[in-house]
Amino acid sequence: MSTINTENLILDAPTDAKKVLEVENLRVQYDTPRGAVRAADDVSFYLKEKEILGLVGESGCGKTTTAMAILQMVQSPGRIVGGQIRINGRNIVGIPESELRKYRWTELSLIPQGAMNSLNPVIKIKEQMADAIRAHENIKKKDLKPRILKLFNDVGLPERVYNMYPHELSGGMKQRVCIAMSIVLNPSVIIADEPTSALDVVVQRVVAQTILEVKERLGVSMIMIGHDMGLQAQMVDRVAVMYAGRLVEIGPVMKMFKNPTHPYTQLLIEAIPSIKEKKPLKVTEGLTHDLRNTPEGCIYQFRCEHVEDSCCNEPPRMYQVGIDHFVSCRHAAERARSMELLGGYHG
Amino acid sequence: MGGLTWNYILKRFSMFLLTFWLGSSLIFIIPRLAPGDPVSAMVVRIVMREGYMENAQEIIESWKERFGLNDPMAVQYVKYLGNVVQFDFGFSLARFPTDAWDIVLPALPWSIGLLSVASVISFIIGNTIGALMGWDKTPRWLKSILPFSLTFTAIPYFMFGLLLIFILAFKLHWLPASGGYGRGVDPGWNWEFIKSIIRHGTLPLLSIIITSSGGWALGMRGLMITANSEDHFLLAQAKGLSPRRVFLRYGVRNAIMPSLTAFALGLGGLVSGSTLVEFIFAYPGTGYTLFQAIQTQDYTVIEAVCNLMILITSGSVFFIDLLYPLLDPRITFKSNK
Ligand SMILES: Nc1ncnc2c1ncn2[C@@H]1O[C@H](COP(=O)(O)OP(=O)(O)O)[C@@H](O)[C@H]1O
Ligand SMILES: [Mg+2]
Repeated sequence: MSTINTENLILDAPTDAKKVLEVENLRVQYDTPRGAVRAADDVSFYLKEKEILGLVGESGCGKTTTAMAILQMVQSPGRIVGGQIRINGRNIVGIPESELRKYRWTELSLIPQGAMNSLNPVIKIKEQMADAIRAHENIKKKDLKPRILKLFNDVGLPERVYNMYPHELSGGMKQRVCIAMSIVLNPSVIIADEPTSALDVVVQRVVAQTILEVKERLGVSMIMIGHDMGLQAQMVDRVAVMYAGRLVEIGPVMKMFKNPTHPYTQLLIEAIPSIKEKKPLKVTEGLTHDLRNTPEGCIYQFRCEHVEDSCCNEPPRMYQVGIDHFVSCRHAAERARSMELLGGYHG
Repeated sequence: MGGLTWNYILKRFSMFLLTFWLGSSLIFIIPRLAPGDPVSAMVVRIVMREGYMENAQEIIESWKERFGLNDPMAVQYVKYLGNVVQFDFGFSLARFPTDAWDIVLPALPWSIGLLSVASVISFIIGNTIGALMGWDKTPRWLKSILPFSLTFTAIPYFMFGLLLIFILAFKLHWLPASGGYGRGVDPGWNWEFIKSIIRHGTLPLLSIIITSSGGWALGMRGLMITANSEDHFLLAQAKGLSPRRVFLRYGVRNAIMPSLTAFALGLGGLVSGSTLVEFIFAYPGTGYTLFQAIQTQDYTVIEAVCNLMILITSGSVFFIDLLYPLLDPRITFKSNK
């Protein structure tokens, strides 16, 4: 049973939906005095048209870094040391700044992590909305206001916000402004970095709902970073799980929740609190090694229950285990494969 | 705009009055803590010059009586406050019977002229250098030469002034070494006089600008680096705004606020002059006047200069307080809560 040839695990033909964003072997590191922090290591995934991809993992695992790399905005001392990022087939890694600006906001927009501080406190909301438009279009002055008000309407903001300053808005309203801002130019991809984590629970749901509505109406693709697995389950089509700078599993959300494949995904899913049953909390906090000296072999070897000698020598590659479903663990892939076979027998 | 409210203006105005009163009181106390008194000091000077003075002790006593220096401190203080309110400090004690204001006022335009030009230029140069040094998109070649402009900050400006005098005045004879304008030039609105003022002002101006823009630059650099990592700064970049716009509207616009306050605080210094620079260049400003007044323990002139300084400082802070809500909309909001 355990000797299935992993090379034959490619089960499914690639799906035909268009891939708006492809990340290939992305590597980002922060150069620190005590060595390079490999915050994104060989990360590959794709985002399909109209899809929402959730990106989860404990804090510090490299989610924001990956998002910033896609936007080509990794902050010093960080830099992209390898890989490609393709938007509608065109690579944007290493292209000149002036070229890049044409992609910014028109193709790729951002709903930032700290909505609280993402608006300039000394500039009116209308100006901050307007300068995104003006940077990319020649718009007539009289067309500006109706266009912005329409966006406010789309995200459930009252018109008076137009003339307000950020400090006059509540957290939820600021986040809505950020959402409205992210769609002013109808981008192909929106990256939302924990768009709701700074808000209280009720507002969280409402804002999440707003994002979903906007996404549905525009048919835009999204990457939704978050650590609330429950919220993710309700919002996204597929989930990507990161651990210590690596992508460990990516797959359709229902499948991942019902049958998590990678041991780390299993741990995350088990850790979701449930009202129906009380269960002992498994410790999931904290990495077990320093991102500066990543071990040889599998990144998860120190915490894995199923670790074998072979795990410590050779890093796993991404094995496909289903439609749009990949896992970076040879053994998990084998187990998934056999489950699939058993599942086949039973119905 | 954030908008001004009466409540806010009133609060700020009471702050202004309070500051002014505290400052004035200090100016009353401090010179009186020094040993001796102005009358004795003057008599001693006369004795030193003339070699002898008849009835010195009686003269001292009668003058002290006349200037009210024998009154209890409390009485002196109340009288003083009365003077402050009227902004009239009476005669100069050292150059009786000249009025204190007649000594201070003629010096005023010199200091204000020299220092306002110097401050504005230093502020602009310093903040520009600082903002560029703190910005991550500044061209590398520029970033590598900018710090050299700050090396002069380490030199005290009077040392630098002496160096300038030595090279540009004594060695090269390009510029005059001292004074406010040339002898034999007719003061008034004529080109000769203006030219003379500019030539005489150049060295003091240079020594202030070159040595003080560094302070602005260092401060601005820090503020700019902070502004650079603000979330809204990053978002502005992600929006694809031009680097110039990001720099000005999301960087400098936010980082400049504390510098503006510091600038306003510095305005009071305009009337007090820059004592050391004026001393070195024998520049006829209030700084030089204050220096002489302190030497002769001339209470009334010291009081006149210092009260003027306090008035301008607290006045400009009040003014900036009124301006701030227009620049930073959060201010009124907070004080209303
Ligand atoms: N400016 C920086 N300098 C050095 N290391 C950094 C910097 N920013 C992030 N890192 C490191 O990169 C890793 C990933 O960070 P981040 O992408 O912010 O994680 P996440 O968004 O998943 O919480 C972290 O371990 C962090 O220590
Ligand atoms: Mg993050």
